[in-house]
Amino acid sequence: MPGLKQLAQREDLMSAGHRACAGCLPMTAMRQILLSAGKDTVCGCTTGCVEVVTTIYPYTAWRTPFIHNAFENSAATISGAEAAYRSLRKQGKIDKEINFIAMGGDGGTYDIGLQALSGAMERGHNMLYICYDNEAYMNTGIQRSGGTPRGTATSTTPAGKVIPGKQQYPKPLTDIMIAHEIPYVAQATPGYPKDMTDKIEKALSIEGPAFMNVLAPCTRGWRYPMEESMDIARQAVETCFWPIYEVEHGKITVSRKPKEKVPIEEWLKRQGRFRHLFREENKHIIAEIQAEVDRKWDWLLKREELTQS
Amino acid sequence: MARRLILSGNDAAAEAMRQIDPDVVAAFPITPQTELMHKFAEFVADGDVKAEFVLVESEHSAMSATVGASAAGARAMTATSANGLALMWEIVYIAASMRLPIVMPVINRALSGPINIHCDHSDTMGCRDSSWIQLYSESAQEAYDNVLQAIKIAEHPDVLLPVMVTFDGFIISHTAEVLEVLEDDEARKWAGEYTAKYSLLNTDDPVTFGPLDLQDYYFEHKRQQVEAMKNARGVIREVGAAYGKLSGRSYDLIESYRLEDADTALVALGSTAGTTKVVIDELREAGRKVGLLKLRAFRPFPGEEIKAALAGVKTVGVLDRAVSFGAPGGPLEKEIKAALYGGEQTVGNFVYGLGGRDMSMGDIKSVFDELDAISAGKQSVDEPRFVGVRG
Repeated sequence: MPGLKQLAQREDLMSAGHRACAGCLPMTAMRQILLSAGKDTVCGCTTGCVEVVTTIYPYTAWRTPFIHNAFENSAATISGAEAAYRSLRKQGKIDKEINFIAMGGDGGTYDIGLQALSGAMERGHNMLYICYDNEAYMNTGIQRSGGTPRGTATSTTPAGKVIPGKQQYPKPLTDIMIAHEIPYVAQATPGYPKDMTDKIEKALSIEGPAFMNVLAPCTRGWRYPMEESMDIARQAVETCFWPIYEVEHGKITVSRKPKEKVPIEEWLKRQGRFRHLFREENKHIIAEIQAEVDRKWDWLLKREELTQS
Repeated sequence: MARRLILSGNDAAAEAMRQIDPDVVAAFPITPQTELMHKFAEFVADGDVKAEFVLVESEHSAMSATVGASAAGARAMTATSANGLALMWEIVYIAASMRLPIVMPVINRALSGPINIHCDHSDTMGCRDSSWIQLYSESAQEAYDNVLQAIKIAEHPDVLLPVMVTFDGFIISHTAEVLEVLEDDEARKWAGEYTAKYSLLNTDDPVTFGPLDLQDYYFEHKRQQVEAMKNARGVIREVGAAYGKLSGRSYDLIESYRLEDADTALVALGSTAGTTKVVIDELREAGRKVGLLKLRAFRPFPGEEIKAALAGVKTVGVLDRAVSFGAPGGPLEKEIKAALYGGEQTVGNFVYGLGGRDMSMGDIKSVFDELDAISAGKQSVDEPRFVGVRG
């Protein structure tokens, strides 16, 4: 697997001048994805920030083939492109190796696109689906999604006088994809670029469907200073809120085990979307979130032990 | 040399698909489309076709995968009915806006609710503004012929729009009929090879499909779709004439049946046109000057041709197998009236056959009788009439 120096020397397949916010980690994720995948890659993305900021006609930031179809169907669309590739290859009309990557935000993946994703994975297309998870519908103005953490203030779950932000924990999407028993599933974040790009290369090298869930902080929606994006992403791993790990044919390997687990409070307090949790009457929610992070982390380590043995 | 076979409409459309042998076919089951895909699945399982057969988890994904395949330069097809078409709706529009030459048989069925699996035209009439070409088929023979012609129309560089080939659920789809099919080598030669101008698989010259298109370009792109649909009129006729040379069966935008000296005429789509022809023959024997105008193409709408064909007719009855709730008439009647605007004809509207209600020869005769009463001034044409409905 190439190191960061080698990756930095590769052709940048995402042009400058796209319209993402400064500090946008989904766009950092896109650059890492394209550096890993290379030019012979067909990308598709759901409706959302990435599509909007990269493709305002007559411009495009994509130096690879790219297709945006609709909000819920990037997996189905890319599965069709991959089927076309298999057909044309079988007929001898094309011979090069091509990667197929479907992408979507958490709204387009946890929620409205889950059916299309599940179907594409079940059918066994040779494609990688990457969810860039910024934990809410950011493009439409920060509404809650099935991936939004408990306690988050969003436009549709505001921190009100009676209800202090989102009430539910996020849907365990990565576990849902593990349950599909596909060859490769991973969690990563552009905050750890070497881990992320290695996982993308591995996912693309494996025959069959692969899924990656990538935590990609959003400076506008999470409400923190834009220069802190990478650090916020890394701290999500250090708190064990966002463990980075991979699952190869059912075998779990945790990619990073923090020597000292950073309390979740440290991560929450840097983000405006959790500010209300620090009011006296809401502090119990922080304790509950911590307990949930601990429970899930312990369960992940147990599963790693079980599947490695 | 043509072959004569006994096939249902679904099998006839599947036979055309086998001969075209598209690169990708995506499918999800819905009655009455199912038997078409069963037949095609047999072709796949027996190795008779090279197509990648993508069995998706919904019609939404069927159309989405077809879009992905077509954008990747493949000849791509799917098929559906009613609620399946409704679930695809969002992507039906997107396929047309990306100018992807997808061909889709739509086996007409009533839209829910209440749920009903039988024929009417509410499904395809509902997406008449989606920028898909719509060819309606009177018989299994026409379903077969239309599928073969559809790929040539869709892929024509002056058109590049998707095509729906429609035929009536159960009435055509599940009824066996004797028809002629081309020899495989003739059909394959007719279909030829498809080379897309742009393809996702061309990584050396990458293109972006489906970009965000705002106030400064969206309108121009819609205007181009209008032009493409206009161009389709000529292309449908050219392809229909060329297909006539190959098969002995020529096609046009419309078909006139005993209209030359007719005083009274019906306008119909689909299988009812066939029944109407038989009724006309009987009424002609009894000395009544009646005729039929069958629309093959509803999109693009052949307004000028309709006007010319109905020029000598005094009373026109338009048969609508769909309701446009709250509108002054059915979807077909409104457009026929617009085409005849300024003419002398009296136009009556007859809504019939919703949810598969049979339109018998007797029903069609009674429609002609009502048209006679209208032309004699004994009945008004202010409201649509509902054929064979209680209450």
